[in-house]
Amino acid sequence: MKRVLTLLLFISAFFVIGTQNSQAQCKGFAKNVCKLELVPFTHDGNYHAAVLTEGEEAELYKTFYSGQDYRIAVCGSDNLPEIEFSVMDAAQNVLYTNKDHDFAKTWDFKLQASQQLKIVVKVPSRGDKSKDPESGCVAIMFGFKVK
Amino acid sequence: MKLQMVKKGSFHLFILAAFTVFMFSCKSGEKKQEAQEAAVDVDVSQLDEEMFKNINEAKEVFYSLPSPLETAMLVKSAGAGYNEELLNPVDNATKYSTNKSMALNLGIYTCDLSFASLYDQTQASIDYMNAAKKMADGLGILDAISQESIDRLEENINNRDVIMDIISETFMNSSSYLEENDRTAIAAIVLVGGWMEGLYLATQMVPDTANLSNNKLVQRIVDQKLSLNIIKRLLDNNKDNPDVQAIMKDIDALKAIYDKIPMTASEKVTTSTDKNNVTTIESSSSYKITQEVFDELKEKVKVIRSNYIS
Repeated sequence: MKRVLTLLLFISAFFVIGTQNSQAQCKGFAKNVCKLELVPFTHDGNYHAAVLTEGEEAELYKTFYSGQDYRIAVCGSDNLPEIEFSVMDAAQNVLYTNKDHDFAKTWDFKLQASQQLKIVVKVPSRGDKSKDPESGCVAIMFGFKVK
Repeated sequence: MKLQMVKKGSFHLFILAAFTVFMFSCKSGEKKQEAQEAAVDVDVSQLDEEMFKNINEAKEVFYSLPSPLETAMLVKSAGAGYNEELLNPVDNATKYSTNKSMALNLGIYTCDLSFASLYDQTQASIDYMNAAKKMADGLGILDAISQESIDRLEENINNRDVIMDIISETFMNSSSYLEENDRTAIAAIVLVGGWMEGLYLATQMVPDTANLSNNKLVQRIVDQKLSLNIIKRLLDNNKDNPDVQAIMKDIDALKAIYDKIPMTASEKVTTSTDKNNVTTIESSSSYKITQEVFDELKEKVKVIRSNYIS
């Protein structure tokens, strides 16, 4: 029984440490890699990053304000395929998709009227059934111009 | 006998391992499920319904509020002047000892720090950075605001770009630490604190004689109606936390006032991209606010913020 408990502790520790390591890696990835894509915009300081696997999606909801200049940066770890992202208005109209722009990591925009937008991020699947799908960090970051 | 023990041990191990995996599986699906519940529970307008209707399809759902830095910038860019008397005095920092008060005031002090920095108020920037550090330290957010950050702030006190970068970095350190350590309720409370401070500064700075239908600061204040459902969803994801429940009541009270401010947006949204590759999202919106409703909103924000800093 003691052995079982030891093994259980080991398994639990493996999962906990594994999860925390992934998250810590995402923090480092967001800070050291993705944030650089925002230059020369000022990063707003918010943190949105997660471990995603090929085929998975993330969504982000945010209000953007008229008269401000914004940059969105969406980045994925090197082991992932190029990340897709789309920006939609409240009526689900697609205002931008990076699939039409060679999977660009950033998009600069401004608004005539303040509104909520939805950012949909997808890690495409490579479709190679002989390999396990890859997982990695995906970060969504926002920058603005200080006025 | 030995074989039996091994079998029995293996069986126990299997059950315990399965339980461990189950616990983690539940955890990873938690956000998705909560988001689904939020989409059902919250009363939203027609546009909100459209916006949030397919929310349960994604693995991760983020509700992003303006950070304290963005909030301060929005207030400044709307034409607000600097008035240090409106900020939460740094001496108050010693009063906060609960997680709720420290989280709220981490957001509030970060907003005040950003506001002071945007107006090149050097000494106030240093003081507010130290006040924010006290809150972060009190919350156990290790090294979010390090002494090194404060030293760098002092060395670059006349370089606004560097200061903005330091503020953004320290705030990200705090929010990422809280997210990583499953303290999402505290992270949400920090954001609400910063957002409320921005709303307080903005409402206090609208002159009594302002034309409410044609004033940039009032427009900014009304625009916050758009963020209310995002705040509610963010808080709803942590609704089991008693501190979050208390803050939800404040947000509901504010929403009741915002509901008295009709706001319309054009259905048609188009885009155009200029030669610098900057896209403009073209649409229009309008609002109507009476002096009575504005005064009610201003007073309610003042009362809530007073509770947060007391």
